[in-house]
Amino acid sequence: MTTTSKRRGTRSAIALSVAALSVALAACSSGPASQPGQGGSPGSAASGGGGTTQQPGTAGLTVPTANLPVLTSVGPGEGKLNLIAWEGYLDKSWVQPFQKQTGCIINAKYAGSSDEMVSLMKDGGGGQYDMVSSSGDADLRILYAGDAHPVNMDLVPAVKDFYPAFQAPSFNTINGVHYGVSLQWGPNVLMYNTKDFPTAPTSWSVLYDATNKGKVTVPDNPIQIADAALYLKATKPSLGITDPYELTQPQFQASVALLAQQRPLVKKYWALASDEIFDFKNGNVTVGAGWPYQVSTLKADKFSIGSTVPGEGATGWADTWMLAAKAPHPNCAYLWMQYISTPQVQAQQAVTYGETPDNMKACAYMEKLQAGSCAEYHANAPTSYLDSISLWKTPLATCDDGKNVCVPYSQWVSAWNTQVK
Amino acid sequence: MTNSVGNERWLRVRSVLWKRPWARATLLLSPPLAWFLLVYIASLLVLLITAFWQVNPFTSNIERIWSLGNLQTIFTTPAYLSIIGKTAGMAVAVTVTDAVVAVPFAYFMARIAAPRTRTALFVAILLPLWASYLAKVYSWLLIFTNNGFLDWTLGLVGIGKSNLIYTNGAVFIVFCYLWLPYMIIPVYSAFERVPASLIEASQDLGGRTWRTTRRVLLPLALPGIVAGSIFTFSLTLGDYITPLLVGGTSANFMGNVIYTNIGIANNVPFAAAMALVPIVIMGVYLLGARALGAFEAI
Repeated sequence: MTTTSKRRGTRSAIALSVAALSVALAACSSGPASQPGQGGSPGSAASGGGGTTQQPGTAGLTVPTANLPVLTSVGPGEGKLNLIAWEGYLDKSWVQPFQKQTGCIINAKYAGSSDEMVSLMKDGGGGQYDMVSSSGDADLRILYAGDAHPVNMDLVPAVKDFYPAFQAPSFNTINGVHYGVSLQWGPNVLMYNTKDFPTAPTSWSVLYDATNKGKVTVPDNPIQIADAALYLKATKPSLGITDPYELTQPQFQASVALLAQQRPLVKKYWALASDEIFDFKNGNVTVGAGWPYQVSTLKADKFSIGSTVPGEGATGWADTWMLAAKAPHPNCAYLWMQYISTPQVQAQQAVTYGETPDNMKACAYMEKLQAGSCAEYHANAPTSYLDSISLWKTPLATCDDGKNVCVPYSQWVSAWNTQVK
Repeated sequence: MTNSVGNERWLRVRSVLWKRPWARATLLLSPPLAWFLLVYIASLLVLLITAFWQVNPFTSNIERIWSLGNLQTIFTTPAYLSIIGKTAGMAVAVTVTDAVVAVPFAYFMARIAAPRTRTALFVAILLPLWASYLAKVYSWLLIFTNNGFLDWTLGLVGIGKSNLIYTNGAVFIVFCYLWLPYMIIPVYSAFERVPASLIEASQDLGGRTWRTTRRVLLPLALPGIVAGSIFTFSLTLGDYITPLLVGGTSANFMGNVIYTNIGIANNVPFAAAMALVPIVIMGVYLLGARALGAFEAI
């Protein structure tokens, strides 16, 4: 808290005096100052009151819908399928053949953020939505809120061809119960202008290096704290970070401090992929973190862009088509899961969107659609490549070893908004 | 037959309305009044109520438990207080700058310019209002960007790069540009209403240009300036798109906090609590403006 007031307060005398007043207020109203992350908390209003609000974790927390009966066979489609999706995930090129094949007409609702997906899925999708293409940072929140329905994976045969890591990943499968079918994934890569970096950087350290002041761009997303944690995992072993999404309070604070240190170097926290493309093209930034999509778009424009997964590894996202607890069209939903996991459709989506398919057989079809795309999106990469990527998952208060010492996502959001930005 | 019965009925209704003017007024005013109460006041009330609820930090469900937690968070977090201060400071800076630019401009338009010039100036001021807000902000992005129009112009006269893009300076310039018409028009109408006889009287009594301006012209134009400042101040206070597009890492204004809490964090109660802050600031501002007679100038 004191560091925040120092950093921001120096801007004006008014802000300083107000900050001083607020520190005094905070001292009066809240308990021990040793509880970090307590002050500002847009993600969790509950912790803002300064009380000792119990942070929910997985300990003693069960998935409320775990025992709901699953479908044992797929019946005829209901004629309709209502999907919440990322923009670009319901492209005509693979939606139209599905509609023709099954008679299930897809109604798309596009969501702009993981949190919007979580809120749209409230109350099991409200009996309105059937599925959501949520990312790993949202899945557990949907699941533990009781908004997802168990899925009988025997009815989705193509999943057997998925990389083992995506057949029952911890972000959508709890105690052997699946709540959706994995879809696609991709790394968050280090992007650089090859004119300014003739030799490819081999470490994320370029994003924390003062020589690149005002030339750096990183995503505007609280999950970015995991990127700092991943870097610290390699460069500061004394912190003992094992999983960038399971951080104890000191590990979390070190990661946030690193990002606060990075802030003066950052030209722009990008919100849309198109923003980042604009800034690289115009030379507003020369190095940053982004997705393979931006890289391939810039490359297609013959722009001098390079990208790499540095030595420390990288974070990445993995999306899942989750089944809503109150899905009104379950048969169409299963037909969609069957369809979307086949290698042909996986390849189509991978090439269109610029991500990596989960289905190992998709590579050949990708080459047919666009020569070289299989290697470009690492669809044929060995599992060691996948191992170097730490896939997004919702940070929970309960760490994997069951101890209740990890920092939950709500504090990630508040730290991102009040300590980093 | 039916027609005459209908006519008779219509006549009776008309006579009732004629005898009771209040019934006429009610009939005329109730639809817009209902719309105003339902759509405007009711939604504002719902917003006020939501500010005192909470969001479950894990499932992000709204929990209807009454507490002052959200407001407490805002007023005990240095980062939020600094954001409020920064936003208000920006609104004041934009308002003062626009007033300084608008007063001589409006004076020229109202009292010096020939009718044809006046019309041309009016068109010049109003024309940008016809263009889309986003198109205007994006064109500023192209002006500010590295090696963009501004850098190119500065290069021609031998000055280095501006490096203005993604700074609060850029946000300030764009705000000043966007809201200038809203300041010029009320100031213009205030100047136009000053009777020429008053100025002549001041001069006849020995008042020189500066004294006439200070003692006669400006006091009479002040309500117009205050009226214009209501627009520039409130528009700056609530805007989040300009900081989002041309602002940089420190372009976190009140509007942006509200936007991220609804759009990204999905914490509507906290956003509602944050929205109370500009409402209170504007309330105080409007009371002050009324004291200065701004509402007669609108």
